Amino acid sequence: MPRLPTPLTLPERKHDARPDGDHTGHGDDTDGDASSPSFRRPPPGPLRRRLRGEQATAWMFVSPSVLIILGLSVVPVAWSLLLSFRADDLVTPSRWVGLGNYRALVQDPHFGQAVRNTVLYTGLYVPASIGLGLALALVLNRRIRLVGLYRTLVFVPFVVSATAQGVLFSFVLDPDFGVANSVLHKLGVSPQGFLTDPGQALPVLVAISLWSGTGFCVVVILAALQDVPPSLTEAARLDGAGRWHLLRHVVLPSLTPVLTFLLLWQTINALQVFDLVYVTTKGGPLGSTTVIVYFIWEQAFKNFTAGYGAAAAYALALALLLVFAVPRLVRAARGRARATRRLEGAAR
Amino acid sequence: MSATADSPSPSTARRAGGAQRGRIRLPFSAWHLLLAPLALVFAVPLIWLLLSSVMSDAEINRFPPALWPSEIDLGGYRYVLGNAMFPRWFANSLIVSVAAVASNLLLGALGGYAFARMRFAGSRILMALMLATMAIPFQLTMIPTFLVMKQLGLIDTLGALIVPSLVTPFAVFLFRQFFLSLPRELEEAAWMDGCSRLRVLFLVVLPLSRPALSTVAVLTFLTTWNDLTWPLIAINHDTQYTLQLGLTTFQGQHHTRWSAVMAGNVITVLPVLLAFLFAQKSFIQSITSSGIKG
Repeated sequence: MPRLPTPLTLPERKHDARPDGDHTGHGDDTDGDASSPSFRRPPPGPLRRRLRGEQATAWMFVSPSVLIILGLSVVPVAWSLLLSFRADDLVTPSRWVGLGNYRALVQDPHFGQAVRNTVLYTGLYVPASIGLGLALALVLNRRIRLVGLYRTLVFVPFVVSATAQGVLFSFVLDPDFGVANSVLHKLGVSPQGFLTDPGQALPVLVAISLWSGTGFCVVVILAALQDVPPSLTEAARLDGAGRWHLLRHVVLPSLTPVLTFLLLWQTINALQVFDLVYVTTKGGPLGSTTVIVYFIWEQAFKNFTAGYGAAAAYALALALLLVFAVPRLVRAARGRARATRRLEGAAR
Repeated sequence: MSATADSPSPSTARRAGGAQRGRIRLPFSAWHLLLAPLALVFAVPLIWLLLSSVMSDAEINRFPPALWPSEIDLGGYRYVLGNAMFPRWFANSLIVSVAAVASNLLLGALGGYAFARMRFAGSRILMALMLATMAIPFQLTMIPTFLVMKQLGLIDTLGALIVPSLVTPFAVFLFRQFFLSLPRELEEAAWMDGCSRLRVLFLVVLPLSRPALSTVAVLTFLTTWNDLTWPLIAINHDTQYTLQLGLTTFQGQHHTRWSAVMAGNVITVLPVLLAFLFAQKSFIQSITSSGIKG
């Protein structure tokens, strides 16, 4: 159940921006909104009655989704917090331990390693996937023969499940009889341990994720490239901008919203990586690929220390909140300060 | 990827014809020297998956392994499909995914329509709350969701897999955005003629909403079919396994029968791959609209 992050740049439609006035009560609400006359003018008798009955219908429409979505997110979030203050094995009655779980986390070297591994994985995967995606998208945006085929080939791995990828690549990268080592052998390179080598396992996992995840970045950037206003590129060209300047000063700036979105999206996905690890290395060798979600899963469902796992999850969620909320708050505060300054300047 | 391939932007067209600037340009075909090997890197693992699934065990277990099957041997497929459990896992996956797709379309459209077109107390706050839940990381909810499902007596049943994926805030939000972009006039005419809201939604709005419907269907199918984490937590007994879950245990049990493992893998990948090939345009649209476009 991967959660999709809130789409960043979906614009609020204009006709939705009108204040949430209730159109049933105010019979005297006659300001002429041309876009939807029947919703603004006092409706004739029977229609007015229908509008009043609307509340019940609306609630019937939304209640299934509201109940399921809020029920399966608000309840677990609260429950998780409660759980993190308890020692719980998911079976016998739990015991209150206060901040004991969190204290233990701080000292747990395995948790520390999981955090380091996750940060390393994210730090390698996110920039590489976006950089590679950008480069590929720029090339695939040209008019080249077979470009459609190339685009398809780059994207197809994205639909392959992490499980299938894991099974496939453990087969390809098997150190003893995998096809990768036999190809390396032919090239005169000594056989590699790949996923069985503590020094290689994590970068290899990153490479596998790049194989499947780059296509996503390519598709998203390609879509954005189509939207770069031709008037801008034309103006820049008339001003004598070369290809590099065009890329640097026109194309990249108009890609900024999309690249920000990808940065956020890929980071969220990278921090939550689990399936691939579970299928290929189970956190090994020597804990070199134990990522945070794997750590949480292990604590809760293998060692049956659910309270401890919940505490780890909460620690991660708080860290995430800080990482994503702080820059936003800073930007908002800076924007407000700038606006105030401008106002003051105008007043003077 | 025809969605984007069909319409090269004017800027690329101009760039392709801008050779007169005197810059050194790669000849037209030179890009293929770069792109062809790159495309191969992306394609080879999948080709190898297909090839190895039709190799005999002797060929697979040889070192160095054969790169091309000397003859097509369907032993792996026969072994997998003759396995008592595998077809069952396939059916489980199908049931869960189809249920998730159907209910996301239905509940998502109902909710999205109410949020887009009806006025009711608290609609704004409710929508904001639902959107906020998208920011909750999965690992925070996975342990308590397990406990909730346990309370409901659903653990170890397909119900535990279906209930949490019945409707996503994303589906509701996407439908809402799409409905807001439709002109109201058509609906209003039907509504004033005495159609109920439900009839308006099903007879007027939904027939106009194919892009939204296919986007939600594609994304829901992709995520539920491919999910491993949640089935791993919620399911213990192998009769309730999904394909993804079955495949992980399959790998351990049948380590010597790689042809069978690879055949099982092909069968796991095939439905999404086929769906992608048939509905490329919807896939691409859903990917781009999930992030950047309404």
